[in-house]
Amino acid sequence: MKIRLDNVVKEFETFRAVHGVSLDIESGELVALLGPSGSGKTTILRMVAGLEYADAGAIYFGTENATDIPVRDRGVGFVFQHYALFPHMTVGENIAFGMKVSKVKRSPQAIAERVKELLDLVQLSGLKDRFPGQISGGQRQRVALARALAVDPRVLLLDEPFGALDANVRRDLRRWLRKIHDELGITTLFVTHDQEEALDLADRVVILNKGRIVQEGTPEAVCRNPADAFVMNFLGDANRLDADIRGGKAYVEDIAFDADGIADGGGEILFRPADVTWREDGQGIAAKIVRVIDRPDSRRVLAMTGNGQPVEFDTAPEFPHRKGEAGFLQIRRPRVYAAA
Amino acid sequence: MRRRVLPGLPLALGITLVYVAIIVVLPLAALVFKAASLGPEDYWRIISSDRAVASYRVTVTCALVATVFNLFFGMALAWVLVRYRFPGRRLVDALVDLPFALPTAVAGIALTTLFATNGWFGGPLSLIGIKVAYTPLGIMVAMSFTSIPFIVRTVQPVLEELDPALEEAGQTLGASDLSIFTTVILPLLTPALLAGVSLSFARSLGEFGAIIFIAGNQPFSTEITALLAFIRLEEYDYPASAAIASVMLLTAFVMLAITNLMQARALRYTARG
Amino acid sequence: MAHHGKGKPPRVGDNKIFRAVLLTIVLLLVGLMIVAPLVVIGVEAFSKGIVYFGQSIADPDTRHAILLTVITALIAVPINTAFGVAAAWAITKHDFWGKRLLTVIIEIPFSVSPIVAGVSYLFVYGLQGLFGHALQAAEIKILFALPGIVLASMFVTAPFVARELIPLMQAQGRDLEEAATSLGASGWRTFFSVTLPNIKWALLYGVVLCNSRVMGEFGAVSVVSGNIRGQTNTLPLHIELLYHDYNAAGSFAAASILAGLAIVTLIAKVALERQGAGRVQRPSALAGADSITPEVKP
Repeated sequence: MKIRLDNVVKEFETFRAVHGVSLDIESGELVALLGPSGSGKTTILRMVAGLEYADAGAIYFGTENATDIPVRDRGVGFVFQHYALFPHMTVGENIAFGMKVSKVKRSPQAIAERVKELLDLVQLSGLKDRFPGQISGGQRQRVALARALAVDPRVLLLDEPFGALDANVRRDLRRWLRKIHDELGITTLFVTHDQEEALDLADRVVILNKGRIVQEGTPEAVCRNPADAFVMNFLGDANRLDADIRGGKAYVEDIAFDADGIADGGGEILFRPADVTWREDGQGIAAKIVRVIDRPDSRRVLAMTGNGQPVEFDTAPEFPHRKGEAGFLQIRRPRVYAAA
Repeated sequence: MRRRVLPGLPLALGITLVYVAIIVVLPLAALVFKAASLGPEDYWRIISSDRAVASYRVTVTCALVATVFNLFFGMALAWVLVRYRFPGRRLVDALVDLPFALPTAVAGIALTTLFATNGWFGGPLSLIGIKVAYTPLGIMVAMSFTSIPFIVRTVQPVLEELDPALEEAGQTLGASDLSIFTTVILPLLTPALLAGVSLSFARSLGEFGAIIFIAGNQPFSTEITALLAFIRLEEYDYPASAAIASVMLLTAFVMLAITNLMQARALRYTARG
Repeated sequence: MAHHGKGKPPRVGDNKIFRAVLLTIVLLLVGLMIVAPLVVIGVEAFSKGIVYFGQSIADPDTRHAILLTVITALIAVPINTAFGVAAAWAITKHDFWGKRLLTVIIEIPFSVSPIVAGVSYLFVYGLQGLFGHALQAAEIKILFALPGIVLASMFVTAPFVARELIPLMQAQGRDLEEAATSLGASGWRTFFSVTLPNIKWALLYGVVLCNSRVMGEFGAVSVVSGNIRGQTNTLPLHIELLYHDYNAAGSFAAASILAGLAIVTLIAKVALERQGAGRVQRPSALAGADSITPEVKP
């Protein structure tokens, strides 16, 4: 099922507003809504589900305008952030709930079979008669997914699906969810504030800030070509230096970087800590080492440029230089942006 | 038009508003209407009559004394229930709510019987010259009885949630038990104590059933305001009854506002992040 | 906690002498102020022997008072419960203008003196009240009759059920209902199979307290009932009547029934509190803890 958001607006008194978001999600695609808290990503997800109604704009499921369809009839599977498992029902009863209340009548046998099928799918076959309070967080997450899938939803929506889990459980479940998605081919939209999770899991990433889409594309596209400084910073560690932009070049202490198509004036260049080489002489921005931090597989070096701006970069563990030494920073793959 | 995700608001709100309108708002509005129809001069004459003012004095004084007593007793009771383990603790914990569960009239006749000069407590007390029943002291006893649970039940949860590390911090800094109590524990309990005190005081101001049996009900000395409103009614002096009841209603609103404020403050320390 | 492992310094107030003194004073006061009134009811009720006690209870007027009290509760408590559930559902599962005001209004009867409540009802349905003459013309008797007693009882107990449910349902949030709705459940279905099982103990708790207060209400009912012996006397009013008739033993016999009800109420209260009612459950104390979100979504 293809989903289309057309200029969707939602106003709250608080900061979670959504300002005119348009978005196309292809059938069978796995898309991440990525943004910091308050960026409006959960509100968008809830509007797609019908748990909030848009103040303006429209949401289409295929060719059908779903904007006014109540959540009950919208046919979405929603996995809540804290799972919202019914605490007084067993795992099996939780999964069966949607089928029991459905207008499509199913026989108890048919429901039981489907529950078993779903339990197998989420690899929880032995836990049918446990209560949500008696299973682990990762297991609850999978029950929530099974419950959402039980009603054969047209789209699957997940709100911070791994937010409440430990880091290692999180990685396993991530790979596993991708596998399930590939098996079922269901259009899936999920919300996360964790860029690693979005890049790891999604076919396409939609990055939001302050209720607007700032960039959307494949993980490769957003990583290699961040649209602005916000995206660059949000996706990972980044150094930032002030720059002057003159005639298509950005200057940092006389070192010029390409800045095609950026108007003259104030600017900034951003670059990843891995994209810096330390030189004892020659070309580069003059800097002095402030501190060297050891890590299992590398060294992180903290340096200060000649005019007092901090830069951090990663080197091989064999990096021989020490605090106090002076040298030059060579920057690869710099991103130049006009000053915000 | 705002649509709603969860169903049932029109029905639920409909039932709620009809109930609140008919059961709560209509009668109180009728009372205010009746009192307002008196005219300012008559109204003032009634509510400032000597007998009315005496009844305010009796009610407020007794409620104050009862509340102060309950402040100490309730606090100590809560402390004992939370911090000490002793046989019968659960029973005592359950009994704390008896004053709420026991109908006020039943409490009234029981207290009166206990404190009458031939009663279990009244007898010995009269020997040393203390009369409780049919004196303001009796009113105080009845008021404290009916409002015991308030302070215990507001302080108890705060005391239970008190982080032992706070006291340990005090101990590592060399503070004595007394100074830890006064500078660490008491300030943390104060919002809850104030909330309990305001609830207890408000209840005492409005109490009727438990008091009228033990009070003696002599105008100017042991007549509480609630009783005066009732007496005026039995004398068919409806305007006077309305006026006096309206004073009590206004007081209740003021106390409600104070109580809400205090409870909001009490939540400050118990709110979990 | 008072008992802790060896080698741990005592907590504040754990000093042996202090502890003994405080415990003695407090338990003495509990005995004098709470236990003694309960005991004196029993002693006085049987002061003229068990036969007289039986006769007092079997007295037609007393029996009628018991019947009237039970009927009042049978009408007032269910209506009040329906109201409490409706109010809690509206207030915790929805947002609307004036919600805070409504919450405060529901709490008002808790702070208003029962006498003020009774007097107020007089000015609605009494002859000197808003509808008095119209009701008289239509020959509808509300005051000094059962309807007045029921109405006054509903006033004093209005907040009882709602007060237990609102904080609990607020703390539970709306996730469960939203999940049920997103799975296709209707409103009633959502309420009965998802909401109700998670609030049942709190609901029962509210109902028990409400019933106790309805059966024991004195002030408000004494204004609106007219105190007609054998007709509009509820049990608490009958107790007063007997007491003022200098029939102390009869009065205490009747009172012992209500004291018994109070004890049953306390036992039920403790039992329900073990089920988690009576206080807002903390997420950690509840199975499926993660399903509870403290904040309320818009």
